[in-house]
Amino acid sequence: MSTSLFYAWVGVLLCGAGLFGFIVHDHLLRRLLAFNIMGSGSFLMLVGLAQDGRGVDPVPQALVLTGIVVAVASTALALVIFRRWHRVSGESMLPEDV
Amino acid sequence: MSALPWLVALPLLAGIATFVLPERSRAPVGLAFSLPVLALSLWVLARVAGGDTSPHVLGGWAAPLGILLIVDGAAAGMLVLTALVSTACACHAARYLRGKTANAHFWPLLWFMWAALNGIWLSGDLFNLYVGIELLGLAAVGLVALAGQAEALAAAMRYLLAALLGSLAYLIGVALIYASLGSLALPDLAIASFDGNGRVTIAVALTLMTIGLMLKTALFPLHAWLPPAHGGALSPVSALLSALVIKASFFILLRLWLALSPDAVPLALAWLLGVLGAGAVFWGGWMAWRQTRLKQLVAYSTVAQIGYLFLFFPLATTTVDAAARLAWDGMMLMLLSHALAKAGMFLAAGNLILAVGSAQIAHLAGVSRFRPLSLLSFGVAGVSLMGLPPSGGFAAKWLLLQSALASGQWIWIVVLVLGGLLAAAYIFKVFRHAFVEGPKRDHFESPPLALELSALTLALASLVLGLAAHHPLEWLRIASPFGGAG
Repeated sequence: MSTSLFYAWVGVLLCGAGLFGFIVHDHLLRRLLAFNIMGSGSFLMLVGLAQDGRGVDPVPQALVLTGIVVAVASTALALVIFRRWHRVSGESMLPEDV
Repeated sequence: MSALPWLVALPLLAGIATFVLPERSRAPVGLAFSLPVLALSLWVLARVAGGDTSPHVLGGWAAPLGILLIVDGAAAGMLVLTALVSTACACHAARYLRGKTANAHFWPLLWFMWAALNGIWLSGDLFNLYVGIELLGLAAVGLVALAGQAEALAAAMRYLLAALLGSLAYLIGVALIYASLGSLALPDLAIASFDGNGRVTIAVALTLMTIGLMLKTALFPLHAWLPPAHGGALSPVSALLSALVIKASFFILLRLWLALSPDAVPLALAWLLGVLGAGAVFWGGWMAWRQTRLKQLVAYSTVAQIGYLFLFFPLATTTVDAAARLAWDGMMLMLLSHALAKAGMFLAAGNLILAVGSAQIAHLAGVSRFRPLSLLSFGVAGVSLMGLPPSGGFAAKWLLLQSALASGQWIWIVVLVLGGLLAAAYIFKVFRHAFVEGPKRDHFESPPLALELSALTLALASLVLGLAAHHPLEWLRIASPFGGAG
Protein backbone atom coordinates (compact mmCIF):
# COMPACT_ATOMS: atom_id res chain seq x y z
CA MET A 1 0.00 0.00 0.00
CA SER A 2 1.44 3.35 -1.04
CA THR A 3 1.53 6.36 1.28
CA SER A 4 -1.16 8.07 -0.76
CA LEU A 5 -3.50 5.12 -0.50
CA PHE A 6 -2.89 5.05 3.25
CA TYR A 7 -4.01 8.70 3.44
CA ALA A 8 -7.10 7.84 1.45
CA TRP A 9 -8.01 5.05 3.87
CA VAL A 10 -7.48 7.36 6.83
CA GLY A 11 -9.83 9.74 5.03
CA VAL A 12 -12.45 6.99 4.76
CA LEU A 13 -12.10 6.30 8.50
CA LEU A 14 -12.45 9.99 9.35
CA CYS A 15 -15.55 10.25 7.14
CA GLY A 16 -17.07 7.26 8.90
CA ALA A 17 -16.28 8.65 12.34
CA GLY A 18 -17.64 12.05 11.36
CA LEU A 19 -20.86 10.61 9.96
CA PHE A 20 -21.32 8.55 13.12
CA GLY A 21 -20.86 11.65 15.28
CA PHE A 22 -23.18 13.67 13.05
CA ILE A 23 -25.96 11.13 13.52
CA VAL A 24 -25.63 10.25 17.23
CA HIS A 25 -25.06 13.73 18.65
CA ASP A 26 -27.85 16.25 19.18
CA HIS A 27 -25.77 19.18 20.40
CA LEU A 28 -25.35 21.46 17.40
CA LEU A 29 -21.74 22.31 18.18
CA ARG A 30 -20.82 18.63 18.27
CA ARG A 31 -22.63 18.11 14.99
CA LEU A 32 -20.68 20.94 13.46
CA LEU A 33 -17.39 19.43 14.67
CA ALA A 34 -18.42 16.07 13.28
CA PHE A 35 -19.15 17.73 9.95
CA ASN A 36 -15.69 19.29 9.93
CA ILE A 37 -14.09 15.90 10.61
CA MET A 38 -16.05 14.45 7.71
CA GLY A 39 -14.88 17.33 5.54
CA SER A 40 -11.23 16.70 6.39
CA GLY A 41 -11.74 13.02 5.66
CA SER A 42 -13.15 13.72 2.22
CA PHE A 43 -10.26 16.09 1.44
CA LEU A 44 -7.77 13.38 2.38
CA MET A 45 -9.61 10.97 0.10
CA LEU A 46 -9.60 13.48 -2.74
CA VAL A 47 -5.83 14.01 -2.58
CA GLY A 48 -4.84 10.48 -1.54
CA LEU A 49 -6.86 8.60 -4.16
CA ALA A 50 -5.83 10.89 -7.00
CA GLN A 51 -2.11 10.64 -6.21
CA ASP A 52 -2.07 6.90 -5.65
CA GLY A 53 0.31 5.44 -8.22
CA ARG A 54 0.31 8.61 -10.31
CA GLY A 55 2.67 10.85 -8.35
CA VAL A 56 2.07 14.41 -7.22
CA ASP A 57 -0.95 16.00 -8.87
CA PRO A 58 -1.63 19.73 -8.40
CA VAL A 59 -5.29 19.60 -9.45
CA PRO A 60 -6.73 17.81 -6.38
CA GLN A 61 -4.62 20.04 -4.14
CA ALA A 62 -6.11 23.11 -5.77
CA LEU A 63 -9.56 21.58 -5.39
CA VAL A 64 -8.98 20.86 -1.70
CA LEU A 65 -7.84 24.44 -1.10
CA THR A 66 -11.13 25.62 -2.59
CA GLY A 67 -12.96 23.02 -0.53
CA ILE A 68 -11.33 24.27 2.68
CA VAL A 69 -12.46 27.83 1.94
CA VAL A 70 -16.00 26.56 1.38
CA ALA A 71 -15.90 24.50 4.60
CA VAL A 72 -14.66 27.46 6.66
CA ALA A 73 -17.38 29.68 5.21
CA SER A 74 -20.13 27.16 5.96
CA THR A 75 -18.81 26.57 9.48
CA ALA A 76 -18.83 30.32 10.12
CA LEU A 77 -22.41 30.64 8.87
CA ALA A 78 -23.48 27.66 10.97
CA LEU A 79 -21.89 29.20 14.07
CA VAL A 80 -23.64 32.53 13.51
CA ILE A 81 -27.03 30.87 13.10
CA PHE A 82 -26.36 28.61 16.08
CA ARG A 83 -25.51 31.61 18.31
CA ARG A 84 -28.63 33.48 17.25
CA TRP A 85 -30.78 30.38 17.76
CA HIS A 86 -29.23 29.86 21.21
CA ARG A 87 -29.93 33.47 22.16
CA VAL A 88 -33.53 33.39 20.92
CA SER A 89 -34.53 29.97 22.26
CA GLY A 90 -31.97 29.14 24.97
CA GLU A 91 -31.54 25.70 23.37
CA SER A 92 -28.39 24.11 22.01
CA MET A 93 -30.24 21.46 19.99
CA LEU A 94 -32.87 21.57 17.28
CA PRO A 95 -36.48 21.50 18.56
CA GLU A 96 -37.25 17.93 17.50
CA ASP A 97 -34.07 16.60 19.15
CA VAL A 98 -34.75 18.09 22.59
CA MET B 1 -16.58 38.12 -26.61
CA SER B 2 -18.73 35.56 -24.94
CA ALA B 3 -21.58 36.61 -22.69
CA LEU B 4 -21.35 33.51 -20.51
CA PRO B 5 -18.83 34.74 -17.88
CA TRP B 6 -20.86 37.93 -17.44
CA LEU B 7 -23.92 35.94 -16.43
CA VAL B 8 -21.98 34.94 -13.31
CA ALA B 9 -19.81 38.03 -12.91
CA LEU B 10 -22.64 40.58 -13.14
CA PRO B 11 -24.73 38.99 -10.35
CA LEU B 12 -21.60 38.70 -8.19
CA LEU B 13 -20.90 42.39 -8.82
CA ALA B 14 -24.51 43.19 -7.88
CA GLY B 15 -24.13 41.13 -4.71
CA ILE B 16 -21.02 43.05 -3.67
CA ALA B 17 -22.50 46.41 -4.69
CA THR B 18 -25.69 45.89 -2.67
CA PHE B 19 -23.59 44.73 0.26
CA VAL B 20 -21.36 47.82 0.47
CA LEU B 21 -23.94 50.47 -0.43
CA PRO B 22 -25.90 52.26 2.30
CA GLU B 23 -29.03 50.38 3.30
CA ARG B 24 -31.61 52.68 1.75
CA SER B 25 -30.13 52.42 -1.77
CA ARG B 26 -29.82 48.62 -1.74
CA ALA B 27 -33.33 47.87 -2.98
CA PRO B 28 -33.24 50.22 -6.01
CA VAL B 29 -29.74 49.10 -7.00
CA GLY B 30 -30.60 45.43 -6.48
CA LEU B 31 -33.70 45.85 -8.59
CA ALA B 32 -31.88 47.81 -11.30
CA PHE B 33 -29.27 45.08 -11.79
CA SER B 34 -31.94 42.54 -12.68
CA LEU B 35 -32.67 44.25 -16.00
CA PRO B 36 -29.24 43.77 -17.65
CA VAL B 37 -29.03 40.19 -16.33
CA LEU B 38 -32.51 39.43 -17.68
CA ALA B 39 -31.55 40.93 -21.04
CA LEU B 40 -28.29 38.98 -21.13
CA SER B 41 -30.09 35.71 -20.32
CA LEU B 42 -32.61 36.29 -23.11
CA TRP B 43 -29.79 37.11 -25.50
CA VAL B 44 -28.01 33.85 -24.66
CA LEU B 45 -31.24 31.93 -25.22
CA ALA B 46 -31.63 33.62 -28.60
CA ARG B 47 -28.07 32.67 -29.51
CA VAL B 48 -28.64 29.05 -28.46
CA ALA B 49 -31.94 28.92 -30.33
CA GLY B 50 -29.96 30.10 -33.35
CA GLY B 51 -27.67 27.09 -32.96
CA ASP B 52 -24.64 28.64 -31.20
CA THR B 53 -23.70 26.33 -28.34
CA SER B 54 -19.95 26.92 -28.28
CA PRO B 55 -18.46 26.49 -24.79
CA HIS B 56 -16.33 29.12 -23.10
CA VAL B 57 -13.01 28.32 -21.46
CA LEU B 58 -12.51 30.85 -18.68
CA GLY B 59 -9.22 32.77 -18.97
CA GLY B 60 -8.01 30.43 -21.69
CA TRP B 61 -7.04 27.76 -19.12
CA ALA B 62 -7.89 24.35 -20.49
CA ALA B 63 -9.36 21.52 -18.40
CA PRO B 64 -8.58 19.96 -15.94
CA LEU B 65 -7.28 23.10 -14.19
CA GLY B 66 -9.43 25.65 -16.02
CA ILE B 67 -13.10 26.35 -15.68
CA LEU B 68 -15.29 25.29 -18.55
CA LEU B 69 -18.59 27.06 -19.17
CA ILE B 70 -21.02 25.18 -21.40
CA VAL B 71 -24.38 26.27 -22.71
CA ASP B 72 -27.06 24.07 -24.22
CA GLY B 73 -30.78 24.44 -24.58
CA ALA B 74 -31.50 23.33 -21.03
CA ALA B 75 -28.92 25.70 -19.54
CA ALA B 76 -30.24 28.63 -21.57
CA GLY B 77 -33.80 27.79 -20.54
CA MET B 78 -32.82 27.70 -16.88
CA LEU B 79 -30.97 31.03 -17.24
CA VAL B 80 -34.09 32.71 -18.56
CA LEU B 81 -36.33 31.00 -16.00
CA THR B 82 -34.02 32.17 -13.19
CA ALA B 83 -34.03 35.70 -14.55
CA LEU B 84 -37.84 35.82 -14.87
CA VAL B 85 -38.62 34.34 -11.45
CA SER B 86 -35.91 36.32 -9.66
CA THR B 87 -36.96 39.59 -11.26
CA ALA B 88 -40.60 39.03 -10.30
CA CYS B 89 -39.60 38.07 -6.76
CA ALA B 90 -37.29 41.09 -6.56
CA CYS B 91 -40.20 43.37 -7.55
CA HIS B 92 -42.32 41.68 -4.88
CA ALA B 93 -39.58 41.92 -2.26
CA ALA B 94 -38.84 45.59 -2.94
CA ARG B 95 -42.36 46.41 -1.79
CA TYR B 96 -42.86 43.57 0.70
CA LEU B 97 -39.65 44.27 2.66
CA ARG B 98 -39.93 48.08 2.67
CA GLY B 99 -39.14 49.31 6.16
CA LYS B 100 -38.28 45.87 7.49
CA THR B 101 -34.86 45.00 8.91
CA ALA B 102 -34.56 42.06 6.51
CA ASN B 103 -34.48 44.52 3.60
CA ALA B 104 -30.80 45.34 4.13
CA HIS B 105 -29.59 41.75 3.87
CA PHE B 106 -32.05 40.40 1.33
CA TRP B 107 -30.45 42.06 -1.67
CA PRO B 108 -26.85 40.84 -1.36
CA LEU B 109 -28.12 37.33 -0.58
CA LEU B 110 -30.51 37.40 -3.55
CA TRP B 111 -27.68 38.33 -5.87
CA PHE B 112 -25.24 35.76 -4.50
CA MET B 113 -27.99 33.19 -4.96
CA TRP B 114 -28.53 34.33 -8.54
CA ALA B 115 -24.78 34.17 -9.27
CA ALA B 116 -24.59 30.64 -7.85
CA LEU B 117 -27.61 29.53 -9.88
CA ASN B 118 -26.21 30.91 -13.14
CA GLY B 119 -22.88 29.31 -12.31
CA ILE B 120 -24.58 25.95 -11.88
CA TRP B 121 -26.56 26.17 -15.13
CA LEU B 122 -23.36 26.95 -17.06
CA SER B 123 -20.70 24.86 -15.32
CA GLY B 124 -19.05 22.15 -17.37
CA ASP B 125 -17.14 20.36 -14.64
CA LEU B 126 -18.10 18.52 -11.50
CA PHE B 127 -15.98 20.50 -9.06
CA ASN B 128 -17.22 23.84 -10.27
CA LEU B 129 -20.73 22.50 -9.78
CA TYR B 130 -19.74 21.66 -6.19
CA VAL B 131 -18.60 25.23 -5.56
CA GLY B 132 -21.82 26.50 -7.12
CA ILE B 133 -24.07 24.32 -5.01
CA GLU B 134 -22.20 25.31 -1.83
CA LEU B 135 -22.47 29.03 -2.58
CA LEU B 136 -26.13 28.49 -3.40
CA GLY B 137 -26.70 26.60 -0.14
CA LEU B 138 -25.05 29.30 1.96
CA ALA B 139 -27.05 32.08 0.29
CA ALA B 140 -30.30 30.11 0.61
CA VAL B 141 -29.73 29.36 4.30
CA GLY B 142 -29.03 33.04 4.90
CA LEU B 143 -32.28 33.95 3.14
CA VAL B 144 -34.27 31.51 5.31
CA ALA B 145 -32.71 32.93 8.48
CA LEU B 146 -33.79 36.44 7.43
CA ALA B 147 -37.26 35.85 8.83
CA GLY B 148 -35.60 36.10 12.24
CA GLN B 149 -37.98 34.24 14.57
CA ALA B 150 -36.87 31.14 16.48
CA GLU B 151 -38.84 28.86 14.15
CA ALA B 152 -37.13 30.23 11.04
CA LEU B 153 -33.69 30.00 12.68
CA ALA B 154 -34.22 26.35 13.57
CA ALA B 155 -35.39 25.72 10.00
CA ALA B 156 -32.31 27.49 8.63
CA MET B 157 -30.05 25.43 10.87
CA ARG B 158 -31.68 22.16 9.83
CA TYR B 159 -31.49 23.22 6.19
CA LEU B 160 -27.80 24.05 6.59
CA LEU B 161 -27.00 20.67 8.17
CA ALA B 162 -28.85 18.82 5.41
CA ALA B 163 -27.15 20.91 2.73
CA LEU B 164 -23.69 20.33 4.21
CA LEU B 165 -24.22 16.59 4.48
CA GLY B 166 -25.50 16.48 0.92
CA SER B 167 -22.56 18.37 -0.52
CA LEU B 168 -20.05 16.21 1.36
CA ALA B 169 -21.56 13.07 -0.14
CA TYR B 170 -21.28 14.79 -3.51
CA LEU B 171 -17.66 15.78 -2.85
CA ILE B 172 -16.65 12.20 -2.00
CA GLY B 173 -18.18 11.12 -5.30
CA VAL B 174 -16.11 13.81 -7.03
CA ALA B 175 -12.97 12.40 -5.36
CA LEU B 176 -13.76 8.90 -6.61
CA ILE B 177 -14.46 10.06 -10.15
CA TYR B 178 -11.27 12.12 -10.30
CA ALA B 179 -9.28 9.17 -8.98
CA SER B 180 -10.56 6.87 -11.70
CA LEU B 181 -10.70 9.30 -14.65
CA GLY B 182 -8.14 12.01 -13.89
CA SER B 183 -10.62 14.64 -15.05
CA LEU B 184 -13.83 16.22 -13.83
CA ALA B 185 -14.96 17.89 -17.05
CA LEU B 186 -18.39 16.66 -18.15
CA PRO B 187 -17.31 16.16 -21.79
CA ASP B 188 -14.47 13.86 -20.57
CA LEU B 189 -16.94 11.95 -18.43
CA ALA B 190 -19.11 11.33 -21.49
CA ILE B 191 -16.39 9.67 -23.55
CA ALA B 192 -14.89 7.63 -20.72
CA SER B 193 -15.38 3.89 -20.91
CA PHE B 194 -15.24 1.76 -17.80
CA ASP B 195 -13.93 -1.73 -17.23
CA GLY B 196 -14.25 -4.00 -14.17
CA ASN B 197 -12.75 -1.88 -11.37
CA GLY B 198 -13.68 1.42 -12.94
CA ARG B 199 -17.33 0.39 -13.21
CA VAL B 200 -17.51 -0.31 -9.49
CA THR B 201 -15.87 3.00 -8.62
CA ILE B 202 -18.21 4.93 -10.88
CA ALA B 203 -21.25 3.10 -9.51
CA VAL B 204 -20.23 3.94 -5.93
CA ALA B 205 -19.48 7.55 -6.88
CA LEU B 206 -22.77 7.91 -8.74
CA THR B 207 -24.72 6.44 -5.82
CA LEU B 208 -23.06 8.76 -3.28
CA MET B 209 -23.55 11.84 -5.45
CA THR B 210 -27.14 10.88 -6.18
CA ILE B 211 -27.93 10.51 -2.47
CA GLY B 212 -26.27 13.84 -1.71
CA LEU B 213 -28.21 15.62 -4.45
CA MET B 214 -31.46 13.87 -3.44
CA LEU B 215 -31.00 15.29 0.05
CA LYS B 216 -30.50 18.77 -1.40
CA THR B 217 -33.46 18.44 -3.75
CA ALA B 218 -35.57 17.17 -0.82
CA LEU B 219 -36.69 14.01 -2.58
CA PHE B 220 -38.90 11.83 -0.37
CA PRO B 221 -37.87 10.41 2.15
CA LEU B 222 -35.09 12.99 2.58
CA HIS B 223 -37.49 15.93 2.48
CA ALA B 224 -37.96 16.66 6.20
CA TRP B 225 -35.92 19.88 6.12
CA LEU B 226 -37.93 21.46 3.30
CA PRO B 227 -41.40 22.28 4.70
CA PRO B 228 -40.16 24.24 7.75
CA ALA B 229 -37.52 26.08 5.68
CA HIS B 230 -39.78 26.98 2.74
CA GLY B 231 -42.87 27.47 4.88
CA GLY B 232 -41.12 29.58 7.51
CA ALA B 233 -39.17 31.95 5.24
CA LEU B 234 -40.37 35.37 4.07
CA SER B 235 -42.76 35.02 1.11
CA PRO B 236 -40.45 36.22 -1.69
CA VAL B 237 -37.73 33.97 -0.25
CA SER B 238 -40.06 30.95 -0.16
CA ALA B 239 -40.90 31.59 -3.80
CA LEU B 240 -37.23 31.73 -4.82
CA LEU B 241 -36.33 28.61 -2.82
CA SER B 242 -39.17 26.46 -4.10
CA ALA B 243 -38.97 27.67 -7.68
CA LEU B 244 -35.23 27.74 -8.27
CA VAL B 245 -32.93 26.58 -5.49
CA ILE B 246 -34.07 22.96 -5.27
CA LYS B 247 -34.04 22.78 -9.08
CA ALA B 248 -30.30 23.47 -9.07
CA SER B 249 -29.37 20.23 -7.32
CA PHE B 250 -31.83 18.38 -9.57
CA PHE B 251 -30.16 19.95 -12.58
CA ILE B 252 -26.72 18.75 -11.41
CA LEU B 253 -28.15 15.26 -10.98
CA LEU B 254 -29.46 15.47 -14.54
CA ARG B 255 -26.11 16.67 -15.90
CA LEU B 256 -24.30 13.86 -14.10
CA TRP B 257 -26.63 11.08 -15.25
CA LEU B 258 -26.78 12.29 -18.82
CA ALA B 259 -23.00 12.76 -19.05
CA LEU B 260 -22.33 9.14 -18.16
CA SER B 261 -22.79 6.63 -20.92
CA PRO B 262 -26.00 4.61 -20.49
CA ASP B 263 -24.18 1.36 -19.73
CA ALA B 264 -22.35 3.00 -16.78
CA VAL B 265 -25.67 3.84 -15.12
CA PRO B 266 -27.16 1.12 -12.90
CA LEU B 267 -30.72 0.48 -14.03
CA ALA B 268 -31.89 -0.38 -10.52
CA LEU B 269 -30.84 3.04 -9.25
CA ALA B 270 -32.88 4.75 -11.98
CA TRP B 271 -35.96 2.74 -11.00
CA LEU B 272 -35.36 3.47 -7.33
CA LEU B 273 -35.37 7.21 -8.11
CA GLY B 274 -38.68 6.76 -9.94
CA VAL B 275 -40.21 4.85 -7.03
CA LEU B 276 -39.04 7.49 -4.54
CA GLY B 277 -40.49 10.14 -6.84
CA ALA B 278 -43.83 8.33 -6.76
CA GLY B 279 -43.57 8.16 -2.97
CA ALA B 280 -42.94 11.91 -2.90
CA VAL B 281 -46.03 12.59 -5.01
CA PHE B 282 -48.27 10.61 -2.63
CA TRP B 283 -46.68 11.54 0.70
CA GLY B 284 -46.21 15.21 -0.22
CA GLY B 285 -49.78 15.49 -1.50
CA TRP B 286 -51.23 13.77 1.56
CA MET B 287 -49.21 15.89 3.98
CA ALA B 288 -50.10 19.07 2.07
CA TRP B 289 -53.77 18.23 2.47
CA ARG B 290 -53.33 17.78 6.23
CA GLN B 291 -51.63 21.13 6.88
CA THR B 292 -53.46 23.85 8.78
CA ARG B 293 -51.11 26.68 7.79
CA LEU B 294 -51.21 28.07 4.27
CA LYS B 295 -47.49 28.32 3.49
CA GLN B 296 -46.79 24.89 4.97
CA LEU B 297 -49.42 23.49 2.59
CA VAL B 298 -47.68 25.12 -0.36
CA ALA B 299 -44.30 23.84 0.87
CA TYR B 300 -45.53 20.24 1.07
CA SER B 301 -46.95 20.68 -2.40
CA THR B 302 -43.37 21.34 -3.52
CA VAL B 303 -42.32 18.01 -1.98
CA ALA B 304 -45.02 16.36 -4.07
CA GLN B 305 -44.22 18.16 -7.32
CA ILE B 306 -40.51 17.30 -7.10
CA GLY B 307 -41.57 13.67 -7.32
CA TYR B 308 -42.78 14.07 -10.93
CA LEU B 309 -39.33 15.27 -12.01
CA PHE B 310 -37.75 12.03 -10.79
CA LEU B 311 -40.05 9.90 -12.97
CA PHE B 312 -37.71 11.00 -15.76
CA PHE B 313 -34.94 8.65 -14.65
CA PRO B 314 -36.70 5.31 -15.19
CA LEU B 315 -38.52 6.63 -18.26
CA ALA B 316 -35.24 7.75 -19.85
CA THR B 317 -33.66 4.32 -19.47
CA THR B 318 -36.13 2.88 -21.95
CA THR B 319 -34.82 1.60 -25.26
CA VAL B 320 -37.62 3.34 -27.13
CA ASP B 321 -36.05 6.59 -28.33
CA ALA B 322 -39.34 8.40 -28.79
CA ALA B 323 -40.36 7.59 -25.21
CA ALA B 324 -37.08 8.87 -23.78
CA ARG B 325 -37.50 12.07 -25.73
CA LEU B 326 -41.06 12.53 -24.48
CA ALA B 327 -39.80 11.96 -20.94
CA TRP B 328 -37.16 14.67 -21.40
CA ASP B 329 -39.73 17.12 -22.81
CA GLY B 330 -42.22 16.35 -20.06
CA MET B 331 -39.66 16.61 -17.28
CA MET B 332 -38.20 19.91 -18.51
CA LEU B 333 -41.66 21.40 -19.00
CA MET B 334 -42.65 20.22 -15.52
CA LEU B 335 -39.52 21.89 -14.14
CA LEU B 336 -40.31 25.22 -15.80
CA SER B 337 -44.03 25.27 -15.12
CA HIS B 338 -43.62 24.19 -11.49
CA ALA B 339 -41.04 26.95 -10.98
CA LEU B 340 -43.37 29.61 -12.37
CA ALA B 341 -46.53 28.27 -10.72
CA LYS B 342 -44.96 27.64 -7.33
CA ALA B 343 -43.26 31.04 -7.22
CA GLY B 344 -46.62 32.63 -8.10
CA MET B 345 -48.41 30.53 -5.51
CA PHE B 346 -45.99 31.38 -2.69
CA LEU B 347 -46.23 35.09 -3.49
CA ALA B 348 -50.03 34.82 -3.63
CA ALA B 349 -50.04 32.92 -0.33
CA GLY B 350 -47.92 35.70 1.18
CA ASN B 351 -50.44 38.27 -0.09
CA LEU B 352 -53.37 36.29 1.33
CA ILE B 353 -51.62 36.08 4.70
CA LEU B 354 -51.00 39.82 4.52
CA ALA B 355 -54.70 40.42 3.77
CA VAL B 356 -56.03 38.12 6.48
CA GLY B 357 -53.36 38.82 9.07
CA SER B 358 -53.01 35.13 9.90
CA ALA B 359 -51.13 32.17 8.50
CA GLN B 360 -53.96 29.71 9.26
CA ILE B 361 -55.97 28.35 6.35
CA ALA B 362 -59.14 28.37 8.45
CA HIS B 363 -58.85 32.15 8.88
CA LEU B 364 -59.22 32.70 5.13
CA ALA B 365 -63.01 32.69 5.52
CA GLY B 366 -64.54 35.55 3.57
CA VAL B 367 -61.38 36.52 1.72
CA SER B 368 -62.85 35.49 -1.64
CA ARG B 369 -65.35 38.33 -1.53
CA PHE B 370 -63.02 41.05 -0.34
CA ARG B 371 -59.63 40.17 -1.88
CA PRO B 372 -60.45 38.24 -5.05
CA LEU B 373 -57.24 39.25 -6.84
CA SER B 374 -54.97 37.50 -4.33
CA LEU B 375 -57.12 34.42 -4.52
CA LEU B 376 -57.13 34.53 -8.34
CA SER B 377 -53.32 34.33 -8.49
CA PHE B 378 -53.38 31.43 -6.07
CA GLY B 379 -55.98 29.65 -8.19
CA VAL B 380 -54.27 30.21 -11.53
CA ALA B 381 -51.05 28.79 -10.10
CA GLY B 382 -53.11 25.94 -8.66
CA VAL B 383 -54.44 25.07 -12.12
CA SER B 384 -50.91 24.34 -13.26
CA LEU B 385 -50.02 22.36 -10.13
CA MET B 386 -53.15 20.22 -10.48
CA GLY B 387 -52.29 19.65 -14.12
CA LEU B 388 -55.51 21.01 -15.61
CA PRO B 389 -55.50 22.23 -19.22
CA PRO B 390 -54.33 24.57 -20.65
CA SER B 391 -51.53 25.03 -18.13
CA GLY B 392 -47.85 24.13 -18.40
CA GLY B 393 -48.39 21.52 -15.70
CA PHE B 394 -51.03 19.83 -17.87
CA ALA B 395 -48.80 19.72 -20.95
CA ALA B 396 -45.91 18.34 -18.88
CA LYS B 397 -48.02 15.58 -17.36
CA TRP B 398 -49.48 14.78 -20.76
CA LEU B 399 -45.98 14.31 -22.20
CA LEU B 400 -44.90 12.16 -19.24
CA LEU B 401 -48.07 10.11 -19.65
CA GLN B 402 -47.35 9.51 -23.33
CA SER B 403 -43.79 8.58 -22.48
CA ALA B 404 -45.02 6.04 -19.93
CA LEU B 405 -47.36 4.58 -22.58
CA ALA B 406 -44.71 4.48 -25.30
CA SER B 407 -42.13 2.80 -23.08
CA GLY B 408 -44.62 0.37 -21.59
CA GLN B 409 -43.96 1.56 -18.02
CA TRP B 410 -47.66 1.71 -17.19
CA ILE B 411 -47.11 2.02 -13.48
CA TRP B 412 -46.20 5.73 -13.67
CA ILE B 413 -49.61 6.56 -15.16
CA VAL B 414 -51.18 5.71 -11.81
CA VAL B 415 -48.79 8.14 -10.12
CA LEU B 416 -49.59 10.93 -12.57
CA VAL B 417 -53.36 10.55 -12.24
CA LEU B 418 -53.57 10.05 -8.48
CA GLY B 419 -51.01 12.81 -7.91
CA GLY B 420 -53.23 15.24 -9.82
CA LEU B 421 -56.24 14.24 -7.72
CA LEU B 422 -54.31 14.79 -4.50
CA ALA B 423 -53.17 18.20 -5.73
CA ALA B 424 -56.79 19.08 -6.47
CA ALA B 425 -57.74 18.00 -2.94
CA TYR B 426 -55.29 20.27 -1.17
CA ILE B 427 -55.79 23.26 -3.46
CA PHE B 428 -59.58 23.08 -3.17
CA LYS B 429 -59.16 22.84 0.58
CA VAL B 430 -57.80 26.39 0.48
CA PHE B 431 -60.69 27.50 -1.72
CA ARG B 432 -63.28 25.83 0.48
CA HIS B 433 -62.08 27.92 3.42
CA ALA B 434 -61.76 31.07 1.33
CA PHE B 435 -65.39 30.87 0.17
CA VAL B 436 -66.85 30.29 3.62
CA GLU B 437 -69.05 33.20 4.59
CA GLY B 438 -68.79 32.47 8.27
CA PRO B 439 -68.35 35.11 10.95
CA LYS B 440 -69.30 38.49 9.59
CA ARG B 441 -65.83 39.76 8.93
CA ASP B 442 -65.63 42.59 6.47
CA HIS B 443 -62.25 44.12 7.14
CA PHE B 444 -59.17 42.81 5.37
CA GLU B 445 -55.83 44.46 4.83
CA SER B 446 -55.18 45.42 1.24
CA PRO B 447 -51.90 44.08 -0.19
CA PRO B 448 -50.15 46.73 -2.34
CA LEU B 449 -50.74 46.39 -6.08
CA ALA B 450 -47.06 45.60 -6.80
CA LEU B 451 -47.34 42.47 -4.66
CA GLU B 452 -50.55 41.35 -6.37
CA LEU B 453 -49.18 41.93 -9.86
CA SER B 454 -45.91 40.07 -9.34
CA ALA B 455 -47.82 37.02 -8.05
CA LEU B 456 -50.35 37.16 -10.88
CA THR B 457 -47.66 37.58 -13.56
CA LEU B 458 -45.84 34.43 -12.47
CA ALA B 459 -49.05 32.42 -12.18
CA LEU B 460 -50.20 33.54 -15.64
CA ALA B 461 -46.76 32.70 -17.06
CA SER B 462 -47.21 29.09 -15.96
CA LEU B 463 -50.55 29.05 -17.76
CA VAL B 464 -49.18 30.61 -20.96
CA LEU B 465 -46.34 28.08 -20.96
CA GLY B 466 -48.94 25.39 -21.57
CA LEU B 467 -50.45 27.24 -24.51
CA ALA B 468 -47.12 28.00 -26.16
CA ALA B 469 -45.00 25.02 -25.20
CA HIS B 470 -43.87 24.14 -28.70
CA HIS B 471 -40.94 26.51 -29.14
CA PRO B 472 -39.58 26.30 -25.59
CA LEU B 473 -39.52 22.51 -25.89
CA GLU B 474 -37.63 22.74 -29.16
CA TRP B 475 -35.04 25.04 -27.59
CA LEU B 476 -34.65 22.88 -24.50
CA ARG B 477 -33.76 19.87 -26.67
CA ILE B 478 -30.84 21.70 -28.30
CA ALA B 479 -27.54 19.88 -27.68
CA SER B 480 -29.26 17.47 -25.29
CA PRO B 481 -28.91 13.71 -25.78
CA PHE B 482 -32.52 13.71 -27.00
CA GLY B 483 -32.01 15.17 -30.43
CA GLY B 484 -32.60 18.64 -31.77
CA ALA B 485 -30.33 20.83 -33.83
CA GLY B 486 -27.05 22.20 -32.53
